[in-house]
Amino acid sequence: MSANTNDFPLKKFDWLLLPIIGFAGALLLWHILSLTIAKDLPSPAKTWADSRDYVMKPFEKRGEMDQGILRFTWYSLILVAKGYALALLVGTPMGFMLGLSKTFTKAFDPLIQILRPVSPLAWLPLGLVLFLSAGKNASELGALFTIAICAMWPTVLNTAVGVRAVPQDYLNVAKVLKLSRSKTLFKVLIPATLPYMFTGFRLSLGIAWLVIVAAEMLTGRPGVGGFLWQEYNALNYSHIILCILTIGIVGFALDRLMSVVERRFKTA
Amino acid sequence: MAFLELINVSKSFGVLPVLKDANLSLDQGEFVAIVGFSGAGKTTLLNLIAGLLHPDSGTVKLNDLEITAPGPDRGVVFQNYSLLPWLTVFENIFLAVDQVNPNWSRQKKRHHVEHFIAMVNLTPARDKRPGELSGGMRQRVSVARALAIEPQILLLDEPLSALDALTRATLQDELSRIHQATRKTVVLITNDPDEGIYLADRIIPLTAGPAATLGPCFQVEIPRPRDRKAINHDSHFKNLRRDLIDFMLCSKQQRHTTLTRKLILPDIEPEDLSRSRPGFAGRSFARRRSEIKEETIEVE
Repeated sequence: MSANTNDFPLKKFDWLLLPIIGFAGALLLWHILSLTIAKDLPSPAKTWADSRDYVMKPFEKRGEMDQGILRFTWYSLILVAKGYALALLVGTPMGFMLGLSKTFTKAFDPLIQILRPVSPLAWLPLGLVLFLSAGKNASELGALFTIAICAMWPTVLNTAVGVRAVPQDYLNVAKVLKLSRSKTLFKVLIPATLPYMFTGFRLSLGIAWLVIVAAEMLTGRPGVGGFLWQEYNALNYSHIILCILTIGIVGFALDRLMSVVERRFKTA
Repeated sequence: MAFLELINVSKSFGVLPVLKDANLSLDQGEFVAIVGFSGAGKTTLLNLIAGLLHPDSGTVKLNDLEITAPGPDRGVVFQNYSLLPWLTVFENIFLAVDQVNPNWSRQKKRHHVEHFIAMVNLTPARDKRPGELSGGMRQRVSVARALAIEPQILLLDEPLSALDALTRATLQDELSRIHQATRKTVVLITNDPDEGIYLADRIIPLTAGPAATLGPCFQVEIPRPRDRKAINHDSHFKNLRRDLIDFMLCSKQQRHTTLTRKLILPDIEPEDLSRSRPGFAGRSFARRRSEIKEETIEVE
């Protein structure tokens, strides 16, 4: 009797069963770890017991740093949305310039390649210094700066690649019709680049969400990342795990959302 | 005075000469086919007329004005359709009409576009995108777009070469019909002598490249409208076809090129003792055949 025939009745449900097995395995490993090697690591059951309040009353506000998990997520999302918008506003035109002008590419590509791998943890202090004069808003502006500058690169590079990949045929059409520069941009270049741009947007959003945690940790702003750091300092280790799971789930949801949008813009 | 004129036009890409001293002169309303081998520089020639390329030497004139840039007075149908895939058939043509006649009312522009969609029999497909159309339909859209801007001259760059034989025949008939109806000046670039003879008033072969040039013109004296079936038995058609193909094959044969290649031979020949031994200054000539490192041969 082969394994295949044995599996067959379950085949219909494997999309559900296999992930459950995966999660169960991870939980088991976590449980064993908390009992043996890492005694300070809260077990899954304890994590749930400690987090219950935050999950079941997700929008409650008990204090500045003691709020429901979705409320924290909401704060983080708003900050990310602002930083991400800034990244797109700066990154897209920059990508177009890189794609269109060889001179611009020669001048700025080395700079971009040097700035691109810099970690958000390195940018944040600089952001705070930049906005020192803003006083109370310094931490928010610094965080925005960090998110924008870290999340910008995939958009910049993908847009540039997309612009360079616009078929010469389309440009010939624009030339033969004598389309003006702005009309060529809006009627030919942007639609032709859109699929590439959205790939960049999606990658950028992923990075923006990564950066938010670091930014909130260092600035101590209320949000998932800030909460995580505060609870670490308060020795509430269960809440660290709660935050990690929340960050993961939200990041996953954002990525799915963007890929749906991205698919809508794929032209034949 | 000629309508379209090419005078001693030469063009090379880097060191490779593509066109050399091409001369052409067209009257208004004429349908001229330029037939050539693939890679001979047909598209280059058309791009020069379209203004997408500039000649290295010589001039291209339309209506006695030198062509320096592309413009809507020359409608181009590109080999690979070049429709914008995110626009529907209607929108693709509308973009062109809107650009060329910005002062028309919206109603008039729409009517104009509909008229040209109907001319190529695509009214049922007006709201489809190029991705949903067959190759033949896409090429018709491309023709409609080129005609809709009402150019003085229509430039067709191998418009039918990517299509299957049956579709090609249908579209040839349509091109012929449109030419009859509009009396436009047409330059058709093709690699199919039959297509040229069936459609054109005059056929000009492009000799084989590199450094291709335009050969003598072949006048097609078959009255229009031409019948695809009858034409095969027409003696003029047969002679013309034979002469044209002969000319093109000859142009290919006459073309000798020289190339240098490495010679690798075993060292079996004795030293040439008749040559005196050189002094300490080293050998200045080959004493054995194997020491000849390269030779120049003639190939066809």
